Amino acid sequence: MLEIKNLTATAGGVEILRGITLTVNAGEVHAIMGPNGSGKSTLAQVLAGHPAYEVTGGSVTYKGQDLLDMEPEERAQAGVFLAFQYPVEIPGVTNAYFLRAAYNAKRKAQGLEELDPMDFLDLLEEKLKLVEWGPEIMSRAVNAGFSGGEKKRNEILQMAVLEPSLAILDETDSGLDIDALKIVADGVNALRRPDSATIVVTHYQRLLNHIVPDQVHVLAGGRIVRSGGKELALELEERGYEWLTEAAGAVA
Amino acid sequence: MTATGTPVAPAPRAVEPGWVAQLRREGAARFEGLRLPTTREEDWRFTDLSPIARAELGPARAPGGLTEADLAPFLFGHAEWPRLVFANGRLQPALSRLAGLPAGARVGSLAELLLDAPELVEDTLGKLAVQPAAAALVGQNASAFIDGYAVVLPAGTVVDTPIHVLFVADGRALRGAVFPRNVVVLGANAVASVVESYVALAEGVALTNTVTEANLAAGARFDHCKIQRESVQSFHLATLEVRQERDSYLNSFSFAQGAALSRTNIYTTLAGPGAHATLYGLYLGEGRQHVDHQTRIEHAAPNCTSWEVYKGILDGHAHGVFNGKVYVHPVAQKTDGKQTNKNLLLSETAKVDTKPQLEIFADDVKCTHGATVGSLDAVPLFYCQSRGIPAAEAQTLLTYAFAADVLEEIRSRPVVDHLEDLMREWLMKAGQRGSGSAGKATS
Repeated sequence: MLEIKNLTATAGGVEILRGITLTVNAGEVHAIMGPNGSGKSTLAQVLAGHPAYEVTGGSVTYKGQDLLDMEPEERAQAGVFLAFQYPVEIPGVTNAYFLRAAYNAKRKAQGLEELDPMDFLDLLEEKLKLVEWGPEIMSRAVNAGFSGGEKKRNEILQMAVLEPSLAILDETDSGLDIDALKIVADGVNALRRPDSATIVVTHYQRLLNHIVPDQVHVLAGGRIVRSGGKELALELEERGYEWLTEAAGAVA
Repeated sequence: MTATGTPVAPAPRAVEPGWVAQLRREGAARFEGLRLPTTREEDWRFTDLSPIARAELGPARAPGGLTEADLAPFLFGHAEWPRLVFANGRLQPALSRLAGLPAGARVGSLAELLLDAPELVEDTLGKLAVQPAAAALVGQNASAFIDGYAVVLPAGTVVDTPIHVLFVADGRALRGAVFPRNVVVLGANAVASVVESYVALAEGVALTNTVTEANLAAGARFDHCKIQRESVQSFHLATLEVRQERDSYLNSFSFAQGAALSRTNIYTTLAGPGAHATLYGLYLGEGRQHVDHQTRIEHAAPNCTSWEVYKGILDGHAHGVFNGKVYVHPVAQKTDGKQTNKNLLLSETAKVDTKPQLEIFADDVKCTHGATVGSLDAVPLFYCQSRGIPAAEAQTLLTYAFAADVLEEIRSRPVVDHLEDLMREWLMKAGQRGSGSAGKATS
């Protein structure tokens, strides 16, 4: 599904990704872990096409297509979804309007007819259950005045509506209490399909208790310094990142 | 024409009361002495009126036969709303309707009111519009006005549906000037809402110079919404000046979309303790349009509050100007004032001059002001794109969102809906022009 080869990227002239190689197959969950500043959020945002980053080398192939050659909206329409670490507030645009615009953009790209507001509301009813929300959330402006937990739940709601093939969760666990964490994680698990894949970017192991990864990769200094099974996350929880980053430093 | 009476045409000027004749003479003299302001004057620094003088406009001719169908594009809200139509400055009785107003309410033509009950407006007409910055315009208006609307409500009278006043310019107004003069007198605790629409049936050069004076007694509430959709070749000058007694409330909205050159003055004096004013505005500019707003809020009594938000969206080579002053007199302790002006530039050639000002002569007050000028933020744009919304559509959506909240401040929902439609239409055209930063955002 996703093949990243020797990917390098800069932000403001500073090299942040220094050669990432990673393959994610359909049905898999990969966790990207690492200390602050290791480049894990950058990787997530580069995959979504964030304009603040410049890709300087390497390739990313998604379902056989050159992902780096696609506009951010084309990536989304093709099934890539980034759950933001800091979801953006859009005062003046209701959740209902925003979600329908996103949903219809995807339908249009697939050559399907757009859904009118009434039919869309029916579809939403199902999706709202997933994040344990009532319909009143739909008339609120996108993320405006939402608590940290509400924002993350709203990301999952968007994901539920868009049904991505590749979901990238960027620090989705940060700022969540344990109840909200469970709602978010249950939502993500419910949305997994045999033909979809998930990349979970996180600093801590606790989210991985709920979303169990097939593989864990540790990023340090813009490179993957260790890959392993889910037990690697537990080891990191116990020992911290230092033993790995030091080793990486020695290599660099 | 009264609320219940049969509409009649305005009578000749000769029978106006002496004080009105004098107002006209003084106005003419003032305009003669001052002429149109120039950019050398601080209040007009960013707005050059010389194209108006160069256009050599005469008085607008009487309109052709207007029909209901001509008005259709400019009507909104509910059919039962009271409505007054003036074309090229003259009342159109056949197109106006004033059913359903409460007893004692006097709503209709100012010209007619000056014939049969001038004492109702004697303390207001010519007495409130006194700001020096607008003296020449107001003087010219006084010297030349034919008619306008009058709303006079006795104490406690409530007119809750908006009164829609349409000022229409047809083809016979071209190369001409129209001077609407309007008066609002609200008795204690009276409530009124007026929507002034300025619209054109024909494209071309013309001038509107309109003046509205509103006198709010204690506890009165006045909602004033001005919708400016003049022809894009025309000139539009407007002055609203309000006096507010104790605990009265003014809610003003200015929507400006038309005219090659427009200047809207909105001035209010909070003259009694506890008075409250909210001033909102939205201006849209494209091509080479010039759109200027000047507001002045005088806090002349203690414990008054004012709240002001103006937003502008400018595309092409448009030039927006906002100049807002909050003036707090020494006596106006416990003043609470906030003033904000935000501008969104959709092109690199659009520009804005913004000058929010506070002048405070009391020591126990809470006043803030601020202004911003910028283009759309990259992050929300990316957020929309990351959800599959194409860049151009995302830009329209975010531009709409930038302005939509200020429209919500209008109390009448149908008016809000109408202005939302106008804004959507405008944004759609902006998108089709392909200007703006849509291209930039994706690169």
